[in-house]
Amino acid sequence: MLCQNCGKNEATTHIKQIINGDMAESHLCSECASHLGYSDVFSGFGLNLSELFGGLLGDTLPSISASSAPRCPRCGTSFNDIVREGKVGCAECYRAFYDKLLPSIQRIHGKIKHSGKTSHSVPAEVKVETKEEKIEKLRQQMNEAVAKQEFEQAAKIRDDIKALEEGGEN
Amino acid sequence: MSKWYIEKGDQGDVVLSTRIRLARNLDEIPFPARLDVNGKDKVNSLIKTALFENDSKDFSYIEMKDLTRRQAVSLAERHLISPEFAAKKDGSALMLSGDEGVSIMLCEEDHIRLQVMKAGLALEEAYDIADKIDSLLDSRLNYAFDERIGYLTACPTNLGTAMRASVMLHLPALTRCGQINRLANTVSKLGLTIRGAYGEGSRSSGDIYQISNQITLGITEETAIANLKSIVLQLVGQERAAAAKMVKNPADEDKIFRAYGILKHARLLSTEEFMELISLVRLGAARGIIDVNIEKINELIVNMQPATVSVANENADTAAARDAVRATAVREALA
Repeated sequence: MLCQNCGKNEATTHIKQIINGDMAESHLCSECASHLGYSDVFSGFGLNLSELFGGLLGDTLPSISASSAPRCPRCGTSFNDIVREGKVGCAECYRAFYDKLLPSIQRIHGKIKHSGKTSHSVPAEVKVETKEEKIEKLRQQMNEAVAKQEFEQAAKIRDDIKALEEGGEN
Repeated sequence: MSKWYIEKGDQGDVVLSTRIRLARNLDEIPFPARLDVNGKDKVNSLIKTALFENDSKDFSYIEMKDLTRRQAVSLAERHLISPEFAAKKDGSALMLSGDEGVSIMLCEEDHIRLQVMKAGLALEEAYDIADKIDSLLDSRLNYAFDERIGYLTACPTNLGTAMRASVMLHLPALTRCGQINRLANTVSKLGLTIRGAYGEGSRSSGDIYQISNQITLGITEETAIANLKSIVLQLVGQERAAAAKMVKNPADEDKIFRAYGILKHARLLSTEEFMELISLVRLGAARGIIDVNIEKINELIVNMQPATVSVANENADTAAARDAVRATAVREALA
């Protein structure tokens, strides 16, 4: 059989696809198959991100036995469930497993700090937790000030950091 | 009123349409995968109430279980819902604006998947509309949001802005000169992805591709849109140059006119054959060597998809019957 795409070469790749319940068969030569993205699933076509995400988590973390695994207090999802499905159960899961999820989130997005639109309904508990990030930000500013030899400014920032660390204002 | 997926918008010779999709969830309620039908119904009614309390008389509310499979698939063929959502039944609902330019999928993977669609390249305009509806819902609902990682979504790949901006492109000339794989590699390095027209895992049909932003965390909506727009404009330029060269090549010109000839006279047309041929005709029309208007071609591309043909024609319930109906409709449109 000749390739359905170019009609020139012998078809060596046979693909059955079920799209919306209708089966479509394609017979392609290796060249066309590669052009159409069938030869390498990582070429950008057919790459299932959630599976990849599950894979990323699985790579980084040893599996925890089911009985001892901590579960999300709201929806009962364990971290293993998230690894297996590549999906998170509810908003609370992100809080419950934040530290475990963070390395994979960084690997997906390259970053771990949101920038852009914010919601009006930010829960108060979350706002409190951003203190560490405030400190981190100030540290960066301090380092920049030092680099620019603005030592007075750097000293001021250092005092701010100290005040925050000692549990002053939130 | 002409629908967004038919109109010829900005850069309309190459760009079919623009879509902005925002994923949102309610904070106190588990994501849809962890809900039973009652739980989903509750979520849907909360969101429905939030939207209808405002000026949204324009929206119709459709429960997916009330649609036949073909009606649901036809919505996906028009890109109003995702193919995965078309398969959903109990507990999933759709809110659709009168002009079909805004669709809100309720209890898809996330509680809310808000989509705004526009003809041609119109990223800023589409985002503007999405942003307004989103802010309105935000003022009435308790969104799942974290200051550190943004909007919380069922799949961590959507965290951050949870915005997916996509542009649907018709790239027949770049496809034929074998450039698509190279482009896919290049854009992936820029945090973008190119896929077939029906999203994740779909292959291109009719040389139609969807390019969208991949990264959502740590990048603002505006920056993501500006990046995507600049790449799209470059692709548009490359496609035009490749197409201009192609129509001057006698062998390719011949192919284009043969495709036109077959479409004008065929008695049976499968979806695959139709898409292959109409793609060439669209290229010819976009470059001005075939005198058919682009809107008419866009309309055919949408209306000739299998489920949409079946919904419009009661008798067309087998593939063979559809092929005949399709050929007749195409002949009449191009006559």
